[in-house]
Amino acid sequence: MIEFFGWEMPVEFSGVIDEHLAVRQKAGLFDVSHMGEIIISGRQALDFVQYLTPNDAARLTPEKAQYSCLTTPQGTFVDDLLVYCLGPEKYLLVVNCSNSDKDYEWILSHKKGFEVEVENKSDDYTQLALQGPRALEILKPLIDVNLEEMKAFGSNWGEIEGEEVLVSRTGYTGEDGFEVYTLSIRPEKIWDTILERGKEFGVVPVGLGARDTLRLEARLMLYGNDIDETTTLLEAGLGWLVKFEKGEFLGKGALLKQKEEGIKRRLVGFELIEKGIARQHYPVFVEGKKVSEVDSGTFSPYLKKSIGLTYLPVEYKEIGTEFEVGIRDKKVKARVVPTPFYKRGEKG
Amino acid sequence: MYPDDFYYTKDHEWIQVKGDKATVGITDFAQKQLGDVVYVELPEVGKKLEFHQSMGVVESVKAVSDVYSPVSGEVLEVNKGLNDSPELVNQDPHGKGWFIRLKVKDEAELEKLMSASEYEEFIEGIEE
Repeated sequence: MIEFFGWEMPVEFSGVIDEHLAVRQKAGLFDVSHMGEIIISGRQALDFVQYLTPNDAARLTPEKAQYSCLTTPQGTFVDDLLVYCLGPEKYLLVVNCSNSDKDYEWILSHKKGFEVEVENKSDDYTQLALQGPRALEILKPLIDVNLEEMKAFGSNWGEIEGEEVLVSRTGYTGEDGFEVYTLSIRPEKIWDTILERGKEFGVVPVGLGARDTLRLEARLMLYGNDIDETTTLLEAGLGWLVKFEKGEFLGKGALLKQKEEGIKRRLVGFELIEKGIARQHYPVFVEGKKVSEVDSGTFSPYLKKSIGLTYLPVEYKEIGTEFEVGIRDKKVKARVVPTPFYKRGEKG
Repeated sequence: MYPDDFYYTKDHEWIQVKGDKATVGITDFAQKQLGDVVYVELPEVGKKLEFHQSMGVVESVKAVSDVYSPVSGEVLEVNKGLNDSPELVNQDPHGKGWFIRLKVKDEAELEKLMSASEYEEFIEGIEE
């Protein structure tokens, strides 16, 4: 167990590689209750969410969630998050554990002029994630929601073991799967039921270690590593979620300006050509000159090579560009590769 | 679990001495702490190592860790099998997962190391 922002969490159960491959091939169950939940409600809840986040929250319904973020006026990240519409005047923001207090304060500080209520419910919600190609089969008979018809990022309310849950077809692994939120005082019932039912499908409990290797193979961002208050959405490659046409929002001006002028650096995926493992904060050299650091880096259990993410000057962002990563006293060759590193459906 | 004819270090290496030659690896406790080992960097054959000098690096998915030479000596051989099968360190840390063979320079240095029972006591203290 390790201490993770005040939560006691297991890094691994049977081993990072075992758990990682189980999620890619069968299914894995994660306890991600450390994630933060903030509720925005009231007459102007939608307007307020629209102002705080760059994606178009008007497209949300109680059956549809979306990936977005909280932006600074500079177009950088306060946090990245999922937005759920719980009703016409009620939205749930699922934020990073390490940021939930900061996000809550940030949201409160911008509330002036909006008729809304903001509640930090992070300590009340339990969040579980069931991920992997067998996730649907495992969860389907346990819940009174038609999961088969639920699209990616779909969501709905239902019951598991008599406990009310919000379920969505979302996750942080690059696999098909579901996330389940509940305010139940006995959430372990749900955990146990899923593990029991999933046994014949090969489900395993998964810790923080494999959560990180899975998300990195799928090029899903980790706040604090790949994105933070110094990186913009466009630099991170998340321009697709910025809906400039939707109206005013925090950071719009800065992002528009950057879009017109062009970015100077871009987050790229790389793999090491030579032996070694590139880890966070290792220096990155282009033509012998240090230009950045590794933001995320690991051994990819599925691809069996060393992969990572780093910000490179845009003139070097093309696929195939070679550069070097400093590993201890050596400079090890790396190459820009397409991301996501792993895409589901590619396996035989 | 921990063979009686090995010596152990506080950095979780083991050394087995036969005559003036020795085999060195990392302990079962170390491999469990590291988790899945995916890469091992070993010294050149012929390299002269000092007592407690860094002789290599072991990388697991989770972490990277230096490995130190338990005694002074010259590297006679390295375990090439770890290049293709680093998982041997997890599967058989006290056997097929050995790291290097050494020509021991000064046998007296072994007295600075722990016996199996001392090492077991040492790791119990860590686990508590």
